[in-house]
Amino acid sequence: MSHVVPNLVNLDPRTAPPFPQAALPMLRNPQLRKNVGHAIDVIQSKRAKLVAEKTDWQELRSAAADIRMHVLENLGSYLEQFEANCTAAGGAVHWAADAEEARHIILDLLRQENASEVIKIKTMTSAEIQLNPFLEASGVRAYETDLAEIILQLGEGEPSHIVVPALHVNRSQVREIFARRMGLKDLSDDPQALTNAARHYLRQKFLTIPTAISGANFLCAETGSVSVVESEGNGRMCLTLPRAMITLAGIEKVVPRFQDLEVMLQLLARSATGERMNPYTSLWTGVTPGDGPQRFHVVLLDNGRSSMLAHPKQRQTLKCIRCAACMNACPVYRQTGGHAYGSVYPGPIGAILTPQLMQMHHAQSLPYASSLCGACYEVCPVKINIPEVLLELRAQVTDIERKTFSRFLDPMYLGLRIANLLFARAWTFHLAQWFGRIGLSLFTRKDGWIHSLPSMGGKWTQTRDLRGLPGQNFHEWWAARRKEAK
Amino acid sequence: MRASLFITCYNDTLYPETGRAVVRLLERLGVDLDFAPQQTCCGQMHANTGFRCEAFSQAKRFIRLYQDAETVVIPSSSCVAMIRDQYPGLVAELGNQELRQQFEALVPRVFELSEFLIDRLGVEDVGAYFPHRVTYHASCHGVRALHLGDRPWRLMAKVRGLDQVPLQNIDRCCGFGGTFSVKNAEVSSAMLAVKLQDVVATGAEYCTALDNSCLMHLGGAMHRQYAGMKTIHLAQILASTEDCPAEATL
Repeated sequence: MSHVVPNLVNLDPRTAPPFPQAALPMLRNPQLRKNVGHAIDVIQSKRAKLVAEKTDWQELRSAAADIRMHVLENLGSYLEQFEANCTAAGGAVHWAADAEEARHIILDLLRQENASEVIKIKTMTSAEIQLNPFLEASGVRAYETDLAEIILQLGEGEPSHIVVPALHVNRSQVREIFARRMGLKDLSDDPQALTNAARHYLRQKFLTIPTAISGANFLCAETGSVSVVESEGNGRMCLTLPRAMITLAGIEKVVPRFQDLEVMLQLLARSATGERMNPYTSLWTGVTPGDGPQRFHVVLLDNGRSSMLAHPKQRQTLKCIRCAACMNACPVYRQTGGHAYGSVYPGPIGAILTPQLMQMHHAQSLPYASSLCGACYEVCPVKINIPEVLLELRAQVTDIERKTFSRFLDPMYLGLRIANLLFARAWTFHLAQWFGRIGLSLFTRKDGWIHSLPSMGGKWTQTRDLRGLPGQNFHEWWAARRKEAK
Repeated sequence: MRASLFITCYNDTLYPETGRAVVRLLERLGVDLDFAPQQTCCGQMHANTGFRCEAFSQAKRFIRLYQDAETVVIPSSSCVAMIRDQYPGLVAELGNQELRQQFEALVPRVFELSEFLIDRLGVEDVGAYFPHRVTYHASCHGVRALHLGDRPWRLMAKVRGLDQVPLQNIDRCCGFGGTFSVKNAEVSSAMLAVKLQDVVATGAEYCTALDNSCLMHLGGAMHRQYAGMKTIHLAQILASTEDCPAEATL
């Protein structure tokens, strides 16, 4: 059995290869494409049924979009409100400008707890700041408790989806990982047996490790509460047994009022897993004496987020509630899976979020990792117009390219700049058509089709033929017909 | 009724038969059609690749060229979507007050072909005859940007002889995406392979759509693979009659 995840996976956007290149091994991997396609089909069909039964779905989407945009437009005051209310309830709020600061804050808090081990509820934000390897290097072993995260941690794999991170792994691969890492050589691939193995492994961690880390689905400004939604109950265990809890949350996760969760939770479960309600929705406010963690910290992470607020068209990216409906609907993600995106945030939302978190210094191929089909926007529960943001980011990438010398070596850049000049007048456009016809006729076979082209055209003809250009353009036909009529 | 045909750069160069079919169809329905010889491109390719200034210069050209047109008819959903969804941003950002006003006055008069037939002319039966098994691909821009809904089916239902075969995953992207098909050629090809499976599985003779761009993509793969199917723009089906079948115009 080969390793579950090809070793080529690199989810650090600063060093990951460009999307077209990173996608290649995924496209060639039948197991991966089958696993991803199957998993997505299951989620998609469940989602479609539940959305169809909700007669006020569009109203809910509008409400959620308005709430989220309102938050972003008033983010500072809602964060301060959250801080005040969380602190009043016995929590401590820490502010981290970037990943490094967040990692150090968390490490310091763990050291205050004398923790050499910590249990974790699934949090993609911790993957964003590469927390686990940092803690490991600093002498703290982090144990994931979400089933998918356990699979990835034990299998030394990387997440390929934000809701179901091990979506690309099937159960025979899970069996192999568990058998190898848990020393269960007779383990079957029956889901019940796999679940039992995970349960046994987890029970020990829950009972012996008194410190936990979580992410947050929502922060409620009005009450200072934190909410985590999950399916397995591992989160609930992490929230009840440990003595100390550290929550890491992006600053955009705040909602104004407790009541707003009514809208958000209806949308999130249906969009994410195709359930009317997720099995475990946890909400906690500061510290409750004698119940749950007695020391509670929230680390609010910026890490590029506040810089996104300045752009009127792009800031909608931060409305995201991480449901992953966009990646489940995406025909590109369907073929490549998540690893090709070179980020813990894959799919359409990743294609717009990652380059912005990198402040456009990295991940510049991601805005182009979309055919602009619009399926993501159609399903987004908070109405993020992802195609619009993709186009905005493409314009920024092009503006960066305009300042580089290498643009003169990029046939796409040159071609489009020249095409623009040609389209400015009808006669230059018609001249270009004439040259195009002559040029392409050299490659046109007797059957009237082009089977192979050089340079950029070869990217087309590697899998498709192209019909040779017709002898008469439409405008020529029209002109000839006019002449005839006169 | 007067209408101005914006053929699109793509159809003009690669698919003149679609343009000829639109002319034949609309003239048969009594439309007084004109064609502005100065027309070139709507700017979609530039806008979608991130060349905003260039896209704007073409948008400006389009708006100026058609400001006096009674209606503009365009046999391409993606170009109409460009005008409806992207021109507002371009014009707001880069245009002046005069251009914004011209655009706002023009945009309600711009129609995709099936919209023009059903919403503007009020016809579903265009008197067409096309005795073939046909499957319809609901292109991304037609279904999600223009919300064409059942218009294509209402038109196809009235075509005599046409045997309409449903397509699985009908609104799933074929992977073309303009320059995406070259910039991400392998991913695009993987999407195409999956789409083509669904299309070929219909057993239809023709795959039709309201965008020749998708059809060029699908048709290019059909030809490469000897898939035994052809693509045809819906305009050509609708123009086809007993006396002048579509094949004769190809």
